[in-house]
Amino acid sequence: MLRRWRVKRSGSTYKLNLPGPEREVILALCGQLKELVSTPPDAHDERMTRLFPTAYADDPERDAEYHHYMHDELVTSRLASIEMVEQTVAMTELSESQLMGWMRAVNSIRLVLGTLLDVSEETDMAEIDDDHPDVGHYALYAYLSALLEEIVAALG
Amino acid sequence: MPTVAPAEVEQVSGDTDLAPDRPWIVLVWNDPINLMSYVTWVFQKLFGYSLEKATELMMDVHEKGRAVVSNGTREKMELDVFRLHEHGLWATLQQDD
Repeated sequence: MLRRWRVKRSGSTYKLNLPGPEREVILALCGQLKELVSTPPDAHDERMTRLFPTAYADDPERDAEYHHYMHDELVTSRLASIEMVEQTVAMTELSESQLMGWMRAVNSIRLVLGTLLDVSEETDMAEIDDDHPDVGHYALYAYLSALLEEIVAALG
Repeated sequence: MPTVAPAEVEQVSGDTDLAPDRPWIVLVWNDPINLMSYVTWVFQKLFGYSLEKATELMMDVHEKGRAVVSNGTREKMELDVFRLHEHGLWATLQQDD
């Protein structure tokens, strides 16, 4: 079956071929991600520990120090990629740095969704039944994975 | 597990580590969310590895659960970990043993 392409390299820029509703979904998810990354660090929120992971696995003291100095930097970096998507969400042509912003934002959303869904190596999207309570989220996760795959291939 | 070709190991004076001659290493851990293609891309862009080298490291992460992707001073490795965290990878640093 011939599938519509979503991202394609065109000379030094990148064509973004997404219908309006898909752009709206991505924009809404970016809004939620923005809210999440802007909340104070919470070691008990697994979405947060996935976005702001441990740096020193065997040294809690140094890890605390790392997070003390780097947390805000990481927040700033994540917000920059989210804002890049927000600013270019309606565009059909992106620069490389803009597409890289999309890449990082889309992957951050996948990290949060995948964590909430407790995705494992064995998770097979094709086996999620239509009446599964999380079927919508699985579909979203699969969509974002396919989009990311195309972005990575286009960036090369 | 194949090790990363040792980059220039800088000797930083004033390093307070007990064993300053042992370099620090950055480990990337397997996770079920990050795509194999994406992880390979990140290794290429962040560390300048060839597609072949980046793919080999990605497969190590995938099959062995982790791989050493970088080594050097603690300060430099902390920055590498930060850049990997920026890209959503599970990365830690520790002194090599």
